[in-house]
Amino acid sequence: MTAPATLIRRPRIAPVWRRPLAIVGILFVSFWFITMIIVPFLPLADPLAQDFTPLSPPSGTHPFGTDILGRDVLSRTLFGSRATLPFAILLVIISLILGSLVGAIAGYFGGVIDEIIMRIADLVFAFPTIVLAMVVAAALGPGITNAVIALALISWPNYARVIRSLVLSARNQEYVVAGRLLGAGPLSSLRRDILPNVASPMLVLAMLDLGSQILLLSGLSFLGLGAVPPAAEWGSMVGDGVQQFSNWWLAAFPGLAILTVVVGFNFIGDTLRDSLDPRSANAVTQVNA
Amino acid sequence: MSHSSSSQHAEPAVADALPGSARSTRTSWFARPVVRYIGIRGLVSAVLLLGVTIVTFILTNLVPVSPITAALGEQAASDPATVAKFVHDAGLDKPAIVQYFVYLGKLLHGDLGTSIQTRNPVTQDLGQAFPATAELALCVILISIILGLGLGLIAAVRKDRFSDQLIRMVSLIGISVPTFWLAAAIYFLFFFVLRWAPGSGRLSPAATPPPRVTGMYTVDSLLSGQFTTFLDAVTHLALPTLTLTLFTVGMLVRFSRTAILDVLNQDYVRAARAKGLATNRVLFGYVVRGSIAPILTIVGLAFGSLLSGTVLTEQVFAWGGLGQYAYRASTALDLPSVMGVGLLVGAIYIITNFIIDVVYGFVDPRVRIG
Repeated sequence: MTAPATLIRRPRIAPVWRRPLAIVGILFVSFWFITMIIVPFLPLADPLAQDFTPLSPPSGTHPFGTDILGRDVLSRTLFGSRATLPFAILLVIISLILGSLVGAIAGYFGGVIDEIIMRIADLVFAFPTIVLAMVVAAALGPGITNAVIALALISWPNYARVIRSLVLSARNQEYVVAGRLLGAGPLSSLRRDILPNVASPMLVLAMLDLGSQILLLSGLSFLGLGAVPPAAEWGSMVGDGVQQFSNWWLAAFPGLAILTVVVGFNFIGDTLRDSLDPRSANAVTQVNA
Repeated sequence: MSHSSSSQHAEPAVADALPGSARSTRTSWFARPVVRYIGIRGLVSAVLLLGVTIVTFILTNLVPVSPITAALGEQAASDPATVAKFVHDAGLDKPAIVQYFVYLGKLLHGDLGTSIQTRNPVTQDLGQAFPATAELALCVILISIILGLGLGLIAAVRKDRFSDQLIRMVSLIGISVPTFWLAAAIYFLFFFVLRWAPGSGRLSPAATPPPRVTGMYTVDSLLSGQFTTFLDAVTHLALPTLTLTLFTVGMLVRFSRTAILDVLNQDYVRAARAKGLATNRVLFGYVVRGSIAPILTIVGLAFGSLLSGTVLTEQVFAWGGLGQYAYRASTALDLPSVMGVGLLVGAIYIITNFIIDVVYGFVDPRVRIG
């Protein structure tokens, strides 16, 4: 590739309004975030109050119907955002910090430390996520906090791996070496010279991970290992609804809630990745020309 | 999986060009890059496998459940003499490291202990549950590889066109659907409403399982020539397969698209185009071949997440495989069974990735030297 050619075919990031997936994603995610914040002020039934006729199908007064204990499904579905989003975000932040720390240490120091850390990460990978999470959650006892701990313990390797390879490639850049020569210790070198380089890939990874962590959290709740019964949580609502198929609305709406919020995060994350990743943003399309 | 980790360097290829007398036959055999590469990968896999046994052992020691009450029951556990005898017999009075080696020794003899829940040897339980999951997982992975790679190729070649946008959207939705909910929705639609497919389980209640050869009902019924049983097993397989395929295809499409885009950008592909090769020749001879290595890695990863997906899917379809067994065992804190499942699945994952690494080495000569 000659220099003038690269100048002409400069990678072009399409503005966000040209990317329909991103718009849909932003709409879904902001809907759920706004709901999470304002839901207590909405004129809704109490999500825990067993005030209504049990198992009445969707109608004008109960657009999503009522459940077996006579609770309003619409109210429970909207309140469910409060039982999922904050915990999923907390979970991603914990594993991001844990994974970045471990990955940065492995990548920066290399050698034996790197080998040991990455082999431990391989081990965690070798176990199927949900089996490990089930064991930890079952051992700690059900509860959303314990589910978060269980998932954090098994999801750090993902971040550690990516951070490690990013740090490895940044470590020997001239300006980083120059920083070290100027007397920067490992900590300030990592923070000042390397962190800015790895921040945007990490953001993308976290965005895509949010979706899968929501799926795992609600999956654990579905199995009865996450949120405990009276709480309005999407996974456990689906779990209760699956018991009775003739009342389809019990599982349908909380399931759609999970689907929309995860789709939202994934659409945004995918668009971000495509825009920030120089390889896929600038791919040659001559083959079908 | 861990290519980056192998810092060992293969013998320089020049060694093979030397006359045979210059080296002993044994060294030359090992000096061959392929053999050396497979050897190193095998060693890494074995170490990982050992690591898995350590993890399962530590996990069971961390779980705050007394193995004494779990194994003996409340009543017997209140009798000091019984407890003392049990503790001594089970070796619980020995230091943890000794206990680990005792555990490892039993493991090497194929003894995984006795399930607290079913009172059967864990190996027997796993032998029952494993073929069910294997049948499902193999079915899903085969369909997913064909669909996922095909759609990924189309999306990459037609990047940013309508078909790419559509495929990307569908695959993103595929990885966003909660498996347990999708399973329930598919079950509701195709069984409850449309009555197209039979209900849960692996066979209709009236059908008797075919004589066991592999434990996979579709294979066994064909082997014994029971065609109606085969059809029954296939129709039961359809819905859980559909459920898991959506996620796996979504995952494979996304990764194969990226991998193929990477290769499309390479100079050698541009050169092939420039010298006037037909588009199909470039695509299948150059692009697909060049992107096989990263795609294989993803197939290995997809296999791992597929095993997780089966836990939730089997729960809805009452499939009676490893997933359901793992769920029952871990909620009841039936530690020997949990350890058994963990070991088996960990071993499958490690062996799958070992095979993929080896295939890698044959497909892509660059890997061996790395």
